[in-house]
Amino acid sequence: MSIPAPKSSGGAMLRLEGVSAGYAGFQALFNVSLEVRPGESVAVIGPNGAGKTTLLRTVSKLIELSAGEILMEGRSLHAVPAHEVIALGIAQVPEGRRLFARLSVEENLKMGAFLPAARPRYTERLKFVYSLFPRLQERSSQIAGTLSGGEQQMCAIGRALMSGPKLLLLDEPSAGLAPVVVQSIFALVKRICAEGYTVLIVEQNIRQVLKVVDRAYLLETGRIKMDGPSAELLASDEIRKAYLGI
Amino acid sequence: MMQIFDVFLLEAVLNGLLLGGLLALLSLGLNLVFGVIDVVWICYAELIMVGMYAIYYLYAVFGWPLLLAMAAGVLLVAAAGAALHQFVIRPVLAAEPINQLLVTGGVLFFLQAAATLAFGIEFKNIGVSFPPIVVGDISFSMPRLISFGVALAGMLALYLFLKRSYLGTAIRAISQDRGIMPLMGVNPHRIFIITSALGGGLAGLAACLLVLQYDIHPAIGLSFGPITFLICVLGGLGNMAGGFVAAFIFAQFISVGGFFLAVEWGYVIAFVFFIAVMFWRPQGIWGSK
Repeated sequence: MSIPAPKSSGGAMLRLEGVSAGYAGFQALFNVSLEVRPGESVAVIGPNGAGKTTLLRTVSKLIELSAGEILMEGRSLHAVPAHEVIALGIAQVPEGRRLFARLSVEENLKMGAFLPAARPRYTERLKFVYSLFPRLQERSSQIAGTLSGGEQQMCAIGRALMSGPKLLLLDEPSAGLAPVVVQSIFALVKRICAEGYTVLIVEQNIRQVLKVVDRAYLLETGRIKMDGPSAELLASDEIRKAYLGI
Repeated sequence: MMQIFDVFLLEAVLNGLLLGGLLALLSLGLNLVFGVIDVVWICYAELIMVGMYAIYYLYAVFGWPLLLAMAAGVLLVAAAGAALHQFVIRPVLAAEPINQLLVTGGVLFFLQAAATLAFGIEFKNIGVSFPPIVVGDISFSMPRLISFGVALAGMLALYLFLKRSYLGTAIRAISQDRGIMPLMGVNPHRIFIITSALGGGLAGLAACLLVLQYDIHPAIGLSFGPITFLICVLGGLGNMAGGFVAAFIFAQFISVGGFFLAVEWGYVIAFVFFIAVMFWRPQGIWGSK
């Protein structure tokens, strides 16, 4: 883990130190350490069931960790309840998008700005999200449940951006989408990174995500197996053989 | 002869409309709580009774101004709603629906018994009377007209709150996906407490309106509880708009049915209609599940 980050500026924004976590009677993460530096885009890649979603849910405190430490800008998340994590600047786009299906697109975005600190900047950020996703503006009063998969993913990402996060956590943004749509979603992720957001993305779609992010960690059965710059991982024999089928 | 008949029918329809407003308000709090928390407050009408006694004692015994007593009554029942969630519902939130039903049923009998012990079984009345309003050949009861106006205003205020405010949007959102609310910075427990206080506050508002028209006694909840519950079910439990329409339908059955036969028959017809609907659409007319 001594790889220099291309856009690094000072210490880590998010740091996981020896994190273990799981569900009742089932441990999903074993001694996971990783870091995300400001301005960086980092992926955690790995097969289905490797613990990628658990990892993000642990960062958001939706799951309590059983050992280790999570630090956001040097501050421990140990005593922070789940609903206060977003106030530290961590916004998550959950697995499966999880939009409020019977609320309109704009109401979903409004929920993203629920934080009292985010409310004064609602109009400004709404404008920004609409500039990023013009399609959402066209459908602002449409019920979210009736959007296409790709539009739902845009809405879920937009909702997370409405809190003005420092760090964006993306959980499998390509899951369940048609191949053409997957392409456009990764283009969007790239654009969000270019906007200066620090991004931690979890993906099964390894080839695509490695083209977008700066660095990646390979997670297998709850343990970090490899890490390095994306180009390096894309070129590695292990990844090529096991995950890219080459 | 025919003309007089028409006038009385019109009066029955209009009185049914006024009653509908009151019934709609009654169903609103129960629907709100069910729609958001997914728990039926079987003791809802007993919360109304608590509010009625509070208003009675503050106004008629302690001599507070009526509007102040009513405001205090609303706040008290709102607090009771929040306490009901915190101490009774919260421990069984993950339990089977039947258990949740039974604990609120327990609260129903507890409140009834406690009221009997504390206030006795005699009927109490705040002793405020209004002259009937007479327009041509038709007469209305003033309290019913007030109830109708206040009920509509209350429902409009709730609608705007749920539709426009951040908190209201969160209240609608939480019923759709409880699990991800923390990711929005929302503490789900806090939303449940606020919703319960709102549900209680609506019961308190209903108490303000009922206290103008009815005597207060420990079993008064039984006069309104079942019909409130049936209206909610008829409209689709948790569906506030459905409950609103169902309340007006029910009120017309009672009022117009009562006009053609006897008042008691109005209720019989309304309940037969309810049973028929349940055969046709068990989820309620506008229910989705």
